Amino acid sequence: MSKTRTLTYRDAIREALREAMQRDDRVFLMGEDVGRYGGAYACSKGLLEEFGEARIRDAPLSESGFTGAGIGAALGGMRPIVEIMTVNFSLLALDQIVNTAATLRHMSGGQFSVPIVIRMATGAGRQLAAQHSHSLECWFAHVPGLRVVAPATVADARGMLWTALQDPDPVIIFEHATLYNEEGEIAAEGEFSCDLDKAAISRSGRDVSLITYSGSLSKTLDAAQRLAEDGIDCEVIDLRSLRPLDDATIMKSVNKTTRAVIVDEGWRSGSLAGEISARIVEQAFYSLDAPIERVCSEEVPIPYPSHLEKAATPQVESIVAAVRKTLRT
Amino acid sequence: MNKPELSELVTRALYAVAPDLEGETIDPETPFRDQFEFDSMDFLNFIIELHQASGEEIAEADYPQLASLNDCVSYLKQKNV
Amino acid sequence: MPSLGADMEQGTLVEWLKQPGDIIHRGDVLAVVETQKGAIEIEVFNDGVLRDCRASPGDRVPVGEVIAILDGDDVSGMSIDKPSVSAVPSQAPVPDKPLSPGPRVTPAARRLAQQIGLDVRNIAPDGSGVVGLRQVQASSTETSPPKVQPAGIDFKAMRAAIAAAMARSNREIPHYYVSSDIDVTVFMDWLAQENARRSVADRLLYAVPLFRILAGTLVDTPELNGHYDQGTFSPAQTVNAGIAIAMRGGGLVAPSIQDVAGKSVDELRISLTDLVGRVRSGRLRSSELSNATVTFSNLGERTADTLMPIIYPPQVAIIGCGQIVRRPWVKDGEVHVRQIMSVTVAGDHRVSDGRSAARFLSRFEKRLTKPEDL
Repeated sequence: MSKTRTLTYRDAIREALREAMQRDDRVFLMGEDVGRYGGAYACSKGLLEEFGEARIRDAPLSESGFTGAGIGAALGGMRPIVEIMTVNFSLLALDQIVNTAATLRHMSGGQFSVPIVIRMATGAGRQLAAQHSHSLECWFAHVPGLRVVAPATVADARGMLWTALQDPDPVIIFEHATLYNEEGEIAAEGEFSCDLDKAAISRSGRDVSLITYSGSLSKTLDAAQRLAEDGIDCEVIDLRSLRPLDDATIMKSVNKTTRAVIVDEGWRSGSLAGEISARIVEQAFYSLDAPIERVCSEEVPIPYPSHLEKAATPQVESIVAAVRKTLRT
Repeated sequence: MNKPELSELVTRALYAVAPDLEGETIDPETPFRDQFEFDSMDFLNFIIELHQASGEEIAEADYPQLASLNDCVSYLKQKNV
Repeated sequence: MPSLGADMEQGTLVEWLKQPGDIIHRGDVLAVVETQKGAIEIEVFNDGVLRDCRASPGDRVPVGEVIAILDGDDVSGMSIDKPSVSAVPSQAPVPDKPLSPGPRVTPAARRLAQQIGLDVRNIAPDGSGVVGLRQVQASSTETSPPKVQPAGIDFKAMRAAIAAAMARSNREIPHYYVSSDIDVTVFMDWLAQENARRSVADRLLYAVPLFRILAGTLVDTPELNGHYDQGTFSPAQTVNAGIAIAMRGGGLVAPSIQDVAGKSVDELRISLTDLVGRVRSGRLRSSELSNATVTFSNLGERTADTLMPIIYPPQVAIIGCGQIVRRPWVKDGEVHVRQIMSVTVAGDHRVSDGRSAARFLSRFEKRLTKPEDL
């Protein structure tokens, strides 16, 4: 057994950033408060001192401007990492991301590619109210030309960045805001980069498939643990990649368990949960022994008060209830 | 699943295809064809049972890897069933 | 007591599945009869009312003896014992009834029920009114013990039955044999492609499209498809192919599939799977054992190259397929490795000549090169 060590999700991202800067001098980080302040979530603390202003670049409050600059740098041969403080703010950069980064390979007949990595925080749970707490991953997962990933574990936070930088096309990395303080074990040393394509079976089971990603993974695992005490054996799938979706892993699991519950912090209408549900019906209809259940956020702007924020988003209790519904018990 | 669980899964699939075998001892090494006079139809039905019990999409090219009980267990193990 | 094959002399009544007074529809299973080929379900060919059962379970009844009396084809003839109401038009318009909702059945439960032959309408739903996998499984364990009796097959008796039928065939039917080695590479390549895009449960054994093409070719060769009885040949309207199926532990049956040429490949796949399943569990239907118009015998993988089959009377032909082997083969003036199958037609010389079988084989060979036409 090789040695392992414990670190936080935040430290894993910082390590991955540092490694990327060291391994490839075309890599630089740009975003609001990433330099002097050390990042809104302190992911880049200390990197300015280590790598200097040319590679750790504080940007003005202009998401469209600095995302566009990152795209230009990528076209010019650099490997930019652009940090956007939260997915809510990325809406100001949607034109650059959707109309430019995602389309240039297509529009240029394959002559240009945009090897940019855009990181952003997402999700509720830190009482940051309705303009900082939404889960809009599915808007990006809708767009051809983008790859969208959501590391839910410390190992993925450590490993996904380097792989994303090797992709010749734009990659969006979603970091759930409640994950930064989470601790996890990873190998003490070695190569950390990991694949971006496959969903992971976080817990294997026979009775119900729980399909989730990002900040909802730990709640879903807690729900599975609670259900196990009542003899209900849940399989938990961490999607990891939101575009493309790993249909094979999902269908293999549903074919086995015959039941599916999708846990997605996005709003139910037009959600990733809806897309996954449709795919299960298309590809595994005859295996289903119960209607598919979705546990999503309530259709309200995410509230500020803690108890209402909890009530508006998926929780262990609501996941347990949905699983029981599929079992008709 | 661990090896005894996989072995149980494979055995149940066998009985489902050939109820008359229930109770007979299964030699884990001998191919089903030789042991139980399985023809191609029995074998295909057995693969369908395995697929439904494990959720694994078994490619036709993999059929030779599923000749005996031990073969099936190591195949499913390697597929992380 | 119906004759369930040329060699059957008597049958033992096992149980009645209908009682006097029951309304019977064409295709219903009336009784189970034990024969040398196992327990056979006896179907009814007319609509009517079961009036009287003359035989009791355990009775050995000679073929041709009355075992039950059925009243009329006229189901509305139920009114025999009622006062006449003939003034009322018998087909009064029925008021539109809303479809009864019935139980809600999950897709997985519906599929399982179909596979094991249960009618979902007879399965008790759970507390929420839903029939799920668990209810089907519970229902199948309740009903399965009395249903399957593979032990009911008497292998010694079956051997005697095969002996009687084949001895009669060799004695009475002047067989001729015509055979060809056929290049099936194109067909097998097509099948591999077809199976690669099918899910596990829908994959095809090569026997399925092979039988379909054999049947399709037979439509153009009517002198090989039908019955020869008392000096006359009656060609059949459809190709009801008897499929020779070996039983574990020895013995052979050749139950038939109706109108093989009229089925799609997938319909035939489902019929064949169902038939083999019922052979294995020892539960065949009477019609399957008596109305084959031709027989296909496919040796299958890892067996032998050629077979010279014997016609099952009163049929007039049987077609035998050997295993597929890789052989050096001359094609376009060069030697290639190709997949070759030896196909033999045994014909009844009282009805046809070797030329018919040869024409059949050459048409069959041509069709095998265009499997995509299926």
